[in-house]
Amino acid sequence: MSTVRWTRESPDHRSRTGRIAATLGGMNDTAVRVRDLRKRYGDVDAVNGVDLDIHRGEVFALLGPNGAGKSTTIEILEGHRRRTGGEVSVLGTDPGRPTRKWRGRLGIVPQTSNEQPELSVREIVAHFAGYYPRPRNVDEVIEAVGLTDKAGARLAHLSGGQRRRVDVALGIIGDPELLFLDEPTTGFDPDARRRFWRLIEGLAHGGTTILLTTHYLDEAEALADRVGVIAGGRVVEVGSPLELGGRATATARVGWLGPEGRQVLETDSPTQVVAELSQKFDGEVPELTVTRPTLEDVYLTMIGETR
Amino acid sequence: MTAAALPSPLRIGLSRGALELKVFLRERAAVIFTLGMPAILLLIFGTIFKGEVGRTGVDFRQYIAAGIIASGIMSTTFVSLGITIAQERDDGTLKRLYGTPMPRAAYFIGKTIAALVLSLLETVVLFVLGSLLFGLKPPSTPERWLTFAWVFVAGVTVCTLLGIAISSVPRSGRSAAAVLNVPYLVLQFISGVYYTFSDLPSGVQQVGALFPLKWISQGLRSALLPDTLLAAEPAHSWEHGRTGLVLAAWGVAGLVLCLTTFRWKRRRDA
Repeated sequence: MSTVRWTRESPDHRSRTGRIAATLGGMNDTAVRVRDLRKRYGDVDAVNGVDLDIHRGEVFALLGPNGAGKSTTIEILEGHRRRTGGEVSVLGTDPGRPTRKWRGRLGIVPQTSNEQPELSVREIVAHFAGYYPRPRNVDEVIEAVGLTDKAGARLAHLSGGQRRRVDVALGIIGDPELLFLDEPTTGFDPDARRRFWRLIEGLAHGGTTILLTTHYLDEAEALADRVGVIAGGRVVEVGSPLELGGRATATARVGWLGPEGRQVLETDSPTQVVAELSQKFDGEVPELTVTRPTLEDVYLTMIGETR
Repeated sequence: MTAAALPSPLRIGLSRGALELKVFLRERAAVIFTLGMPAILLLIFGTIFKGEVGRTGVDFRQYIAAGIIASGIMSTTFVSLGITIAQERDDGTLKRLYGTPMPRAAYFIGKTIAALVLSLLETVVLFVLGSLLFGLKPPSTPERWLTFAWVFVAGVTVCTLLGIAISSVPRSGRSAAAVLNVPYLVLQFISGVYYTFSDLPSGVQQVGALFPLKWISQGLRSALLPDTLLAAEPAHSWEHGRTGLVLAAWGVAGLVLCLTTFRWKRRRDA
C-alpha cells in the first residue's frame, strides 16, 4: 500500500489538490452546506442553529463532547434523521428526501461494526459492491484498506481494527464523493490508529471529501484540513487545527533549567527569549522547551466556555 | 460525470437472498434449532403416540407429521425471520443498509427467498423422516400435488409477511426469541399440530380457526393423507375455499402491517 505522509507545515496542500480535482470535474465547490439547522426532541434543542460549510476535497473534523449535537447533526446529513428546521444540502440534495441515486454518491462508516461474522471479507465487500451503480474494484478496495491477506477470512476471525477496516471498505466500495467517518478509531491501539490514519490520508489524497467525527484531538490534528467545534447544539468555532482558538498566536511558554531550578516564562516573542537564553548559556540551553497550547487545551477551553 | 444505472431491485434482492442463506447455513446453532427442532419434535411425538385417528385408518403419527410440516414452515419463516430482523434492527444492520442505495424492496425479496428455500429444506427433512419412520406418503395424485404446492406457497408467504411485521414488536434483539415463541407455541397447541384438531374443546377450535397455522395444517393433511380422514375433520370437508380465504386475509393484513409499521432504526433512533 503506498501512503503519502503530509507534513504538518502544509495543512492546506491536500485540500487544494482535492479542490482542483473537483473544479476540473465541473462540480460545485461545496459538498455540504448547512444553515440554521435545528432539531428538537420534546422540549430539548439538541441542535440549535448549526451553520456549516464543507468544501469538496477537504477533510473536515467535527469535534464536540457527547450530547453536544454532533451525532444528531451527522445523522441529519446522512439522511438518517429528520430535522426540525433549517436548510441542509449534501452534494446538492436535501438529505430529508434521500434518493437511491444520492445515496450511491455517499459512503457512511457507522460508529459500530455489525456485519455478519460468518461472511468473509471478500464476500461482504463484493456483496455491497452490487448495491452501487459504479462500484470500485473489490480486490483494489480490499487492498486499499490493507486486508488483502485477510480477504478470505471470516469477519469473526478479524481483530477490532481489522473489522473497522472492513467498515471503511464498505464505506468506499461505491466510490463515494463524500465519506462520513463516525469515530473510526475508538478502541484502537496507538499503532493500529497510526496505520488507520494513513489509510484515511490516502483516501483524502485521492480527492474524497471526508467528514470525520472523533473524540481524539490528535486524530483531528493529524487528518483534518479544518476543524469545527460543536457545543451546546451550535458550532462555536471553525478553523485549521493549527489556528483554532487563536492557537498559532497564543502566548508561548519557554522553559529551561536555570541555576535555581526549572524556569518558565510566558512570552509573545519566544524566538527572542531563546536567542537571549542561548547567549546567556553560551550555546545549549539546558532542558529547553517551547510550547504553545495544544489543540486539546484550546478545545477544552472552548467547550468549557459554553457550559 | 456520466450517470450509471442503479442495479435493479430484483437483482439485488436475489443477491441478498443468496447472502442470507449463506449466513444462515454457516450458523450452526441456527441450523440446529430452526431446522432441527421440528424434526426432534416429530421424533418425540411419533415415538410417544400410537394408533389411528378415530376409525379412519389413518396412522396418528402421519397426522402429526403433516401438522409438524406446517409448524416447521412457521418456524423457518415467522419465528426465524421475526427474530433475525429484530436483531438486525437492534445491532444496526438495518440502519447500515438504509444508508446505502440498496432499494428497500431488495431486503424483503432477499428475506422471502431465504424463507422459501429454508422452508422447502425443512419440509423435505420432515417428509423424509415421516415417510421413513411413520410411512408418510407423497401426494397421491396431481391434484393433491397442486394442493400441496399452493398451501405451501401461501403458508410461507403469509408467515413470512407476519414474521416481518412482528419483528417490530420486541423492544430489543435479545427479547425477540421470547416474544416470537409465545404465539408460535400457543398456535401449535390450538391448531391441531400435536393433537387431532377435532378432539380439542370447541372453544379452543374456534380460536385456533382464527389463525393461519390451523388452515395450513389442514391444507397439508388434505394433500398428504387419504379422504377417509375427513370423518375426523371438524367440517367433514377439506374446506379448500375457506383455507384460501383465511390465508389471503392474513396475507393482506401482514402486508399492510409490514408497509405501515416496518422500522429501519431502533426506537431510540427515531
